[in-house]
Amino acid sequence: MRDDDDDFGPTASRKKEKNPSQSQSSRDRAARPRADGGMRIVVPLQGVVQGRGGLVLGSLIPCALFYFLQLYIKRNRPPPATAPQAPPGSPPGSASAATGNASSTPSSIHRSYSRGLLTPRAGLPALSARGAFVRSGDEDSLYYAGLRRCADDPYHPASNPDGIINLGLAENHLSLDLVGRWMEKHAGAARLDGLAGAGEEMRDLTIRGLATYQPYDGILALKMALAGFMRQIMHESVSFDPSQMVITSGATPAMEILSFCIADPGNAFLVPSPYYPGWDRDIKWRTGVELIPVPCRSTDNFNISITALEIAYKQAKKRGVRVRGVLISNPSNPTGGIVPRETLHDLLEFAADKNIHFISDEIFAGSTYGSDKFISVAEVVDELEDYDKGRVHIIYGLSKDLSLAGFRVGVIYSYNENIVSAAAKLARFSSVSAPTQRLLISMLSDQKFISEYLKVNRERLQKMCHLFVNALKQVGIECFKSSGGFYCWADMSRYIRSYSEKGERKLWDRLLEEAKVNVTPGSSCHCIEPGWFRCCFTALSEEDIPVVVERLRKVTDSHK
Amino acid sequence: MAANSGELLSRIATGDGHGENSSYFDGWKAYDMNPFDLHHNRDGVIQMGLAENQLSLDLLEEWSLNHPEASICTAQGASQFRRIANFQDYHGLPEFREAMAKFMGQVRGGKVTFDADRVVMCGGATGAQDTLAFCLADPGDAYLVPTPYYPAFDRDCCWRSGVKLLPIECHSSNGFALTREALVSAYDGARSQGIRVKGILITNPSNPLGTIMGRATLAMLAEFATERRVHLISDEIYAGSVFAKPDFVSIAEVVERDVPGCDRDLVHIAYSLSKDFGLPGFRVGIIYSYNDAVVACARKMSSFGLVSSQTQYFLAKMLSDHEFMARFLAESKRRLAARHDRFTSGLREVGIGCLHGNAGLFSWMDLRGMLREKTPEAELELWRVIIHKVKLNVSPGTSFHCDEPGWFRVCHANMDDATMEVALDRIRCFVRKHHHQQQQQKAKAKLWAARGPLHLSLPRRGGAAASHLALSSPLALLSPQSPMVHAS
Repeated sequence: MRDDDDDFGPTASRKKEKNPSQSQSSRDRAARPRADGGMRIVVPLQGVVQGRGGLVLGSLIPCALFYFLQLYIKRNRPPPATAPQAPPGSPPGSASAATGNASSTPSSIHRSYSRGLLTPRAGLPALSARGAFVRSGDEDSLYYAGLRRCADDPYHPASNPDGIINLGLAENHLSLDLVGRWMEKHAGAARLDGLAGAGEEMRDLTIRGLATYQPYDGILALKMALAGFMRQIMHESVSFDPSQMVITSGATPAMEILSFCIADPGNAFLVPSPYYPGWDRDIKWRTGVELIPVPCRSTDNFNISITALEIAYKQAKKRGVRVRGVLISNPSNPTGGIVPRETLHDLLEFAADKNIHFISDEIFAGSTYGSDKFISVAEVVDELEDYDKGRVHIIYGLSKDLSLAGFRVGVIYSYNENIVSAAAKLARFSSVSAPTQRLLISMLSDQKFISEYLKVNRERLQKMCHLFVNALKQVGIECFKSSGGFYCWADMSRYIRSYSEKGERKLWDRLLEEAKVNVTPGSSCHCIEPGWFRCCFTALSEEDIPVVVERLRKVTDSHK
Repeated sequence: MAANSGELLSRIATGDGHGENSSYFDGWKAYDMNPFDLHHNRDGVIQMGLAENQLSLDLLEEWSLNHPEASICTAQGASQFRRIANFQDYHGLPEFREAMAKFMGQVRGGKVTFDADRVVMCGGATGAQDTLAFCLADPGDAYLVPTPYYPAFDRDCCWRSGVKLLPIECHSSNGFALTREALVSAYDGARSQGIRVKGILITNPSNPLGTIMGRATLAMLAEFATERRVHLISDEIYAGSVFAKPDFVSIAEVVERDVPGCDRDLVHIAYSLSKDFGLPGFRVGIIYSYNDAVVACARKMSSFGLVSSQTQYFLAKMLSDHEFMARFLAESKRRLAARHDRFTSGLREVGIGCLHGNAGLFSWMDLRGMLREKTPEAELELWRVIIHKVKLNVSPGTSFHCDEPGWFRVCHANMDDATMEVALDRIRCFVRKHHHQQQQQKAKAKLWAARGPLHLSLPRRGGAAASHLALSSPLALLSPQSPMVHAS
């Protein structure tokens, strides 16, 4: 419509230019035969001027002429402006659906870049389309924007009391002292920065066991230690087989490698939302896999609904997108809820029904504290008879449960031997350094320490969560009842001015700039309801909580 | 279930991109099944396919024992534990990047300096190549690579990122030097097939040749890259393992001094501590790029292969001990040179030559004279004999995409002196036996030829000439046109 308005000016003036000549010639003609009925049509303006019956025709005909002229111009204009609107309604299998199935942003970037390359000596030295996508990838995510602000101006009670308090990063400082003390106590056997493991063969204790090439997918002894650790975390209810395990440098590459193994570019995973904002980066960037958020609602306690999954699956299929799996986090990040056994059952059945994968990210499995008991999918899948386990995969890591994010240890645990072998080969791009592995082998094998650590860590998490949730209550913010993780899921919808993503963003801005508190907005987690925020409390000390409360109050009080 | 899950996997998982189904892995399998041990299994296969530097590990070990503060798991270093345990910033520890940049300069003789802000951390050189490929090229784009080249590039650069590698043919006639003609013809060849060339990938010092690239060649490459606007990726993981003259020239030096018009945005260096330092277990790889966009992009991708903060901290301490590093580099070079000389002179005793190299952890051995015929099949045939009968896992030239059969890469820095002597003895014994057999066969052939009344005189004369040569000198077993015969 806007375009049409713009066109109106020049066309109209052109029309006016035409009209005088037209009336000129018709006046000549009119001079000859008089009282000709057709004349009124041919010379409309004259009719208007003469005030006879030509008034209607005189205004109708020029309008019609304008209309046809515009139609002509519109038809002969190049199409790009109208094209992108077509795909949603277009039938599957058409060309537009085929390009639309790759996440649309990279493909559009790709096109513009390749065009730039055709012109020689283009200003930009060519980065790949993927590279450009990655480079700009997290610029617009508030999750990363907040983290960057915190890195620039971090709060410290003594040295920078005006800095930003970071509630955006799920990092656990509550029990670091325990791990640190263990390190100190076992300092004796340090050799090239790796600890000699108890009960290891002598050969591995020498420097050659640390410095030289090791299996890329992890030293077997570490796999065994991790299997034991995971079993302990899952309350001994399930046992893990070290041969089904691949160790990577963190859960981030673990997730990416698994995605590389089970999906081709343009395929999709169904992800119940709200979900961990990092997945948009970790999974989508390089693999070209699409994540389809499947909304969960606060009225259902953010429980996953199979009906919603069905709908999302059908819609994806309609678009021509191949769905390769369902991806959940359990305990949920960001809500902190625990997925009930029945839901896991239903999810597994859904996956089998559609013949797709089921991925459960259980990286917070050992950091539970609530009344709900955590149940691993490993336990549920064992209960099902005749279930094809080859579609079930678990992501785990030590960054959260052992508070060792810096050590970069992630795990892919898969029941599918083909995936294990493919992932083991891909792990060469992201292996863990041998000294770190050796150190962890000895730490994880220290049963007494591990049980003590897990127990104390859970107690401290629970205490901190309790303190923090109560503190938020003081300022009138209610939290979703969480049972695990380093965060709570706070409902601040009362404090947003317009009930929309925009309103949520405004509040987030105010929290960051006025209150100097960085939280993760629900929109970053693809939450369908505005006003929810994820607040991590495990990097705080108890003394920090009053400071947070005071700062939040600045924003909430001014709302009224 | 099997059929079911096959369909469930991606092309990357089901494909052969990892290269481990190739027949070249037979050597590794043979080694894995029966590994040599000087004391316990003297009959086993000796691993000579792994470019690993174990010659100077004792120096590193000694340093670590003398510097307990470098480890966060000692009483002295434990104060740092809290900071290190949760450190997961993908920029890397500032002191680590700083130390790494300084060390890279030190390795290159202090002739160039590196900016710590351009150092991007990756999981080993493997991860570095993978990340660079993701940053620089899209699926279907290609890199040009001078042959022979490191076979795992096919995996590191291509598997996940979908980049293609196109060979630039180099030949033994000029010592496998890279010429502009070969480069242009490879580039034009790719273009005529409609393939977009995104980069030129070189290893300098070369793996598998053990030679270094001259300044002129590097300048030519930099100019070509600028001219055609393709990236130039220089893999310099053996930069500190140049043990003899001429001195190593880094692309960084050429870009900064020799080619003023070079577009630096196109130049990237991969480095790692696995070879020069002998620490592949630490999985430390580095991308150093002059292009801000690539640095930014690769840095974000480095979250897929971060080095453990504990390891970063330790290495930062070690690398910034300049005095130790200087001593280490000098000693490491001395030991590499000694090993290289011992190995090549040992082979010369039986008339086996190697391409004259001055870098790396291996030699490029010339067995062209021992081939039944000049084909890749004959090379593989000989290779299988070496693996299964001689019990050495060496790497055949065809696996390096060498188009001239008969060359083998032999690694000799991953073992102690005694094991190396055993390996040398095995090769010498094999070559002598082979000579003997060949002579016998030729004598037999001569006999038959002499007896056979229907034989033409021509082959008879040829056979006689060949056997005469073979008798006169073992050197003659090498193909006479080889310029490498007298080189070592």
